Amino acid sequence: MTGAGTWSLDESDYRRITEHLNTLLKESNARCGLLVDRTGQLLASVGDSLTFDPTAFASLTAADFSANDQLAKMIGEAEFASLFHQGEKESMYLADIARKVILVVLFDDRTTVGLVRLRVKQTVGDLTKLFEAMFNRAPKPDSPDRRASLLEGAEDEIDKLFGD
Amino acid sequence: MSMINYASREINCKIVYYGPGLGGKTTNLEHVYSKVAPDQRGKMVSLATETERTLFFDFLPVDLGTIRGFKTRFHLYTVPGQVYYNASRKLILKGVDGVVFVADSQIERMEANVESMQNLYDNLAEYGYDLTKTPFVVQYNKRDLPNAAPIPDLQEQLNPGWEVAEGNKQRPIPDTQHEGEMLVQQVNGAWIERAPYFESVAMTGEGVFETLRHVAKLVLKSLS
Repeated sequence: MTGAGTWSLDESDYRRITEHLNTLLKESNARCGLLVDRTGQLLASVGDSLTFDPTAFASLTAADFSANDQLAKMIGEAEFASLFHQGEKESMYLADIARKVILVVLFDDRTTVGLVRLRVKQTVGDLTKLFEAMFNRAPKPDSPDRRASLLEGAEDEIDKLFGD
Repeated sequence: MSMINYASREINCKIVYYGPGLGGKTTNLEHVYSKVAPDQRGKMVSLATETERTLFFDFLPVDLGTIRGFKTRFHLYTVPGQVYYNASRKLILKGVDGVVFVADSQIERMEANVESMQNLYDNLAEYGYDLTKTPFVVQYNKRDLPNAAPIPDLQEQLNPGWEVAEGNKQRPIPDTQHEGEMLVQQVNGAWIERAPYFESVAMTGEGVFETLRHVAKLVLKSLS
């Protein structure tokens, strides 16, 4: 194995993901929902426009989850499947999806952590099914893997990008 | 774990700067941050102690350009170099696409360099990654210091090469960065491959972009 498995997200995956997140926001009255993968990359965000740097936020979210995973192991738990950070006005609730992705919900005093937790549970179930199908998706035998065809023969372009 | 996002037309890759404490990993990122146009880079995040020693990581996202209509974004991370931060160091390696080993050229730091390189192999192996098959470059930093060890000594200790088992890769490959040197060559009958190396003075920025460009290129080629 040369590194972690790579995977891709296409438009229909993205559409289904954002549908689930929008439903969650509507039912929980939360402000925004973000999806971040375990390596710290932002996959999707819905709801209020973000007032912070989403890339930095995503990398810190992944680090937060990874650090807490290790803390869980130290006290004899396999994982902490969800985390809650409470602020004076703004709070966040984080939940694991299929051990690969993290759902982050930002909310304020227009809702309660109880309601958010309840609605997140349903969304986690829906997204887990969706992501597991995405990770297990093998390229169809009659259509070459999209990823391979994307960068295949791109060596010249890569060289050009770096001015060689 | 590189990710191609067809919805936002982005290719995201993760590059980790590894190496012993006080070797210049954070300084590499700071130089990149100071020289890249603000619209091509994001916020630099540093989780450091009060004395500016990296506690968890530094993070800097950089856009390198567009390939086939996809924005290529590299997420640069450093790890804490101090030995006792191994638990957090290992976490940063998760999903890595390319590694830069920043060695401290000072003779006194040779042992710390060797220990850190071994630690890199071990931590990657725990994730099931093989460094010899991962885009990887070595940077010899602090070349301006009077007590910097000669490059051949550093190469021998830190980048002695690994045996090339695959028959189709057993052919001589010159090192384009250093005239007269080879990346793949036959030594005493065995084919040996070394990681590309760069000399740097991260404080002044010398060699910083050469290193980044090379590892980024290796990562993109590994995807094709």
